[in-house]
Amino acid sequence: MTRWAFLALLSHWRRQPLQLVAMILGLALATGLWSAVQAINAEARASYAAAASRLGLSQGPTLTSPDGTIPSDTYVALRRAGWQLSPVLEGPIRLGGRTLRLVGVDVLSYPALPDSSALSGIAPLDVLTPPGRLFASRVTAEGFDGDPRLVLSQDVPAGVVLTDIGTAEALLDRPGALSRILVLPDQPMGLAPLADLAPQLSLSSPSATSDAAHLTDSFHLNLTAFGLLSFAVGLFIVHGTAGLVMEQRRPLFRTLRALGLPARHLTLLVLAELLTLALIAGLLGLVLGYLVAAALLPDVAATLRGLYGAPVEGGLTLRPLWVLSGLAMAVVGAGLAGARGIWALVRLPILASSGMALRSVASGLGARHLALAGLALILAGYLALRLMPGLTGGFVMLAGLLLGAALLLPLLVDACLQLCQRRAKGPVAQWVWADMRVQLPGLSLALMALLLALAANIGVGTMVSSFRLTFTGWLDQRLASELYVRAASDEQGAAIERWLASRADAVLPLRSAEITLAGQPGELYGVADHATYRQNWPLIASEPGVWDRVAAGEAALINEQLARRENLWPGDTVTIAPDWTLTVAGVYSDYGNPKGQVMVSIPALVAHHPEVPNRRFGIRVDPAKSEALARDLRQSFDLPEESIVDQAALKASSLAIFDKTFVVTGALNVLTLGVAGFAILTALLTLWTMRLPQVAPAWALGLTRAQLGRLELCRSLALAAITALLALPLGLALAWVLLNVINVAAFGWRLPMYLFPADWLRLFLLALIAGGLAAALPARRLHRLPPAHLLRIFANER
Amino acid sequence: MLLDVRSVTKTYPGAERPVLKDVSLSLDRSETLALTGESGSGKSTLLHLVGALDGFEAGEITLDGTSYSQLDEAGRAGLRRGAVALVFQQFNLIPALTVAQNLAFHARLGGAYDPDWTATLAQRLGLADLGSRYPEQLSGGQQQRVAIGRALALRPRLLLADEPTGNLDEATGDAVLDLMLDLVRDTGAALFLVTHSERIAARLDRRLHLGSGQVA
Repeated sequence: MTRWAFLALLSHWRRQPLQLVAMILGLALATGLWSAVQAINAEARASYAAAASRLGLSQGPTLTSPDGTIPSDTYVALRRAGWQLSPVLEGPIRLGGRTLRLVGVDVLSYPALPDSSALSGIAPLDVLTPPGRLFASRVTAEGFDGDPRLVLSQDVPAGVVLTDIGTAEALLDRPGALSRILVLPDQPMGLAPLADLAPQLSLSSPSATSDAAHLTDSFHLNLTAFGLLSFAVGLFIVHGTAGLVMEQRRPLFRTLRALGLPARHLTLLVLAELLTLALIAGLLGLVLGYLVAAALLPDVAATLRGLYGAPVEGGLTLRPLWVLSGLAMAVVGAGLAGARGIWALVRLPILASSGMALRSVASGLGARHLALAGLALILAGYLALRLMPGLTGGFVMLAGLLLGAALLLPLLVDACLQLCQRRAKGPVAQWVWADMRVQLPGLSLALMALLLALAANIGVGTMVSSFRLTFTGWLDQRLASELYVRAASDEQGAAIERWLASRADAVLPLRSAEITLAGQPGELYGVADHATYRQNWPLIASEPGVWDRVAAGEAALINEQLARRENLWPGDTVTIAPDWTLTVAGVYSDYGNPKGQVMVSIPALVAHHPEVPNRRFGIRVDPAKSEALARDLRQSFDLPEESIVDQAALKASSLAIFDKTFVVTGALNVLTLGVAGFAILTALLTLWTMRLPQVAPAWALGLTRAQLGRLELCRSLALAAITALLALPLGLALAWVLLNVINVAAFGWRLPMYLFPADWLRLFLLALIAGGLAAALPARRLHRLPPAHLLRIFANER
Repeated sequence: MLLDVRSVTKTYPGAERPVLKDVSLSLDRSETLALTGESGSGKSTLLHLVGALDGFEAGEITLDGTSYSQLDEAGRAGLRRGAVALVFQQFNLIPALTVAQNLAFHARLGGAYDPDWTATLAQRLGLADLGSRYPEQLSGGQQQRVAIGRALALRPRLLLADEPTGNLDEATGDAVLDLMLDLVRDTGAALFLVTHSERIAARLDRRLHLGSGQVA
């Protein structure tokens, strides 16, 4: 019985192969885009974990100092007290034109050195004595692979250069300074407590998450949100098709029930069929997701390295958890899409009329009910934001706004069509508008998918473009100096400063130290008292006399990220070190930097951090003379090419990093729009058999098939155009939430919102193209349909 | 003579035998003709050919001197818009349009819309109060009256009806048929009606029987 009943169920797909394709491809696309994002996230997080593990950062407790630096005397004192420790000194270093993370360790005590194969053939003395050895992976070593100190080792994470601590002291110019001290696992009995020996240090427990994982959480959350949106858009295809398939098979269900198949048995068979389809589509989706992720991962890796300094390799590994979660999403998606149909099947009366069933497809739940549900969702999203401020509340609001607007769409489109119908003059125009209203329930899900895709494009596009415009203006303010120079040592720095005194309008030292701010990695900068800063620095909040107070060492400036994270604003105080607290005199925007930052006067910085190098300078000079000055400077001090950067080059490289950051977003935007176009196509194709009874009478009354084909195309274009117009306010609302809620919570900065009508026009045309392409096939089929097929509409019903 | 069907043969693709073989008939202006026959005898196919809905491989059909074989698809569509009107068994109204819009649709499409005449038709067909309703809100008899009104609003030269009462109960069917015959006489149109029913066929001026694809 089961076999024959199952075969009877499957016979539907033989007659409706397009519906089968729509079901499987829709689910595969939804799963694919979701899986791609998950694969990227999983790969990045695995890289962070591997990096932390390989460097031994998560292997034991660590001693750190609130101001970021531990004097080596403290380490020596602890060792003398009997503690088994391993010192670490780390900091940024420019190698091969890139900024990398130099990690200096004591090679004799460090617990996680590179594999022995990398060390074989190298005399230990070579590692310990100048010029030392630099261990790096092949990816990291690109750009300085000619350096004789380089030793390739795949055990060292991407973006990190490992070396002996003595070599690191010299390269970072931080003699006698340590970043942290690892406490080794095996310790002798009866030691004095660390808290007594070094009360100024804090002991942190091993943590599964590294700095990189913490800093990049927001980036991954944003990617996940986009993946979820893509999944939802794909699911609209499946939901529409699944609903239609269930309705079209009602007569078959009734017949099977009438022939004695128990309702429970029938439901289980339909569930088994749905599960089979979900697994097939899920596997296809995983393949698709793997390909998309493999294509996007190099850009994501570059972004994470460039923006956050996070170590991510460009390669992709197939992970069992990723495969299982992808398949699970396909099954969940199929379940969501088929739930309504299966619920109806469970309650199906054997004698229900098929006419009623078909009408219920056409009318759906009713546009008014959907609209009410939509309004409730939008309200719920708003309330969620009020009750849960921050990233979670922001995303709940976004979900409520997008889904709510999607549910409002049928009512709004119907109102537009009604208006057009009233204004139409000719009989054909009147029929076309009226016919679109009849067609609307069947196309609603596809139009909702299009609305979401367009709104996401407008919203994310507006955010990125606003961000870019703001970022460009901010760069102009922030990079006011015409030239930037980096000396090889403090001595050379001092000489350059003297040399420039008579040749440049001003020399602005750029000095900084890495510190811990409110328990998180942060930066402390020294700022010279100069008109360049007073006139250009991008302050978003300040007290009167801000620059005078900073120059006097009475106050500090903080970046927007720190201000929002810790709720510190002008008049509040910021703790820079346990014994150093200053009033916040101003807050400045600092886009692209995930870390908190404090700016004090240079004398104040040097007083608290005498070890800070003095090697980088901004040079103010007549722009017309900057090229000659750079040339003279290089010649006079024998500086390498990359040591002097002009303002334009620095801006160009900053913008390049910025643009790379949003490559993934752009790609997901295009893919989501493609999925929405596919949703319209599948909706039109699956509705094809229901369309013929509606157009055949018009043909019989004197319209040609070519006219009908053209009108079919016009209908799709009109629906796409109306949807695109309605997507505009939704997209702008989305952009507002992204800029004012999500960005603030995720990255710590708020951006002004700019409008880009040219982008809207481009997107409007893209929507028309998607609608036109989707309708092209059904229109062509209608144009070429033999009259005998249209006549069957009249004959079949006899 | 309004309609002349001469030696028409029609074979559906893939069929072994022609559905119509060497069929000839004629119809004068204002004449009513019933075509009877068994299921599958080719009645509806002949009606579709006369209505310029489908093509044939041999023979000739002319309506008021216009030869069908000389017409391309646009020409045949033009004939359907202007000279020929159809009433189907399943009514085949346009579900998206109201009763009033359905009534006027064919006439407006053919450029022959007369609001007074359409209003008269609506009155006589008992549809005057149903103008704002949609087809799905009407009974079968009401829908068939809309279909008849839609066809006659055009003032066609030839009205084709395919089992117009086949989907209605006998009493409703008789009432609808009475109305249709009255209106056809008033407009002066010719009527070519396909039916199974000898009783209905007997009410028309002339009757022909189609058997095995040939007129008996």
